[in-house]
Amino acid sequence: MTFRDVVNSLSLDLKTSKGDLDRKITGCYVSDLLSDVMANANEGNLWITLQTHPNIVAVAALKNLTAIILTNKRIPEKDTIEKAEKESLPIASSKLSTFEIGGLLYQRLRC
Amino acid sequence: MEKKIVGSFHIRGGDFKNAGAAASEFKSILTKLALTPDLVRRAAIATFEAEMNVIIHAIAGVMYYEILPDHLIITIDDMGPGIPDIALAMQEGYSTAPDWIREMGWGAGMGLPNMKKNADTFKVETVVGEGTTVEIIVNFKEGLYDL
Repeated sequence: MTFRDVVNSLSLDLKTSKGDLDRKITGCYVSDLLSDVMANANEGNLWITLQTHPNIVAVAALKNLTAIILTNKRIPEKDTIEKAEKESLPIASSKLSTFEIGGLLYQRLRC
Repeated sequence: MEKKIVGSFHIRGGDFKNAGAAASEFKSILTKLALTPDLVRRAAIATFEAEMNVIIHAIAGVMYYEILPDHLIITIDDMGPGIPDIALAMQEGYSTAPDWIREMGWGAGMGLPNMKKNADTFKVETVVGEGTTVEIIVNFKEGLYDL
């Protein structure tokens, strides 16, 4: 599954214009603690979080994550979008809660 | 003389906007040297956490790196408050970061433990009121690199 598939199937609102939407997702990690993501997310994972500030891009880039989904209608800060475009990291927003997005993705990704 | 690559990064306390810049540049240096992805990952995580500690707690700091054929050494020297109780600071979950930093998702008390986990040798020297020096050594167990 690619991030493009996720954006389409979960009707996510894509907030960035650059970045590879066709990279294969290796799994998903859910956390709002950045050190936790650094320690436990795996390369190619999709990251679900409430954090909207630019440091999420630095963490995602360092861990070579596929993309970030912001939940509960949160939108990335302006600086976050700028940094994400620079790093070619896609970020999308969802109206759904972290629990709902996580649940939907768990069903799709576990098989 | 033994071959090595050395360099440094200056980090300003409170500079959240550039958080991860030193770690990111260091990661690209290691990637260019064709270190294994696991070594790059470990060094990058340790460096990012060390960089964050300077940004969160200190006025400023310098990160020095030395890459040798069989290991790398990262030394972070900061002008910060120092750590009164290192054993407590090493405990996962313990943090002295203020609330606004915790709201950003930092200050979870995972910084020093994450550095230690990714290091083969890990040392902390600190003087309260003066600053802290952290040394992280990552060994290249799979053999020598041609630098």
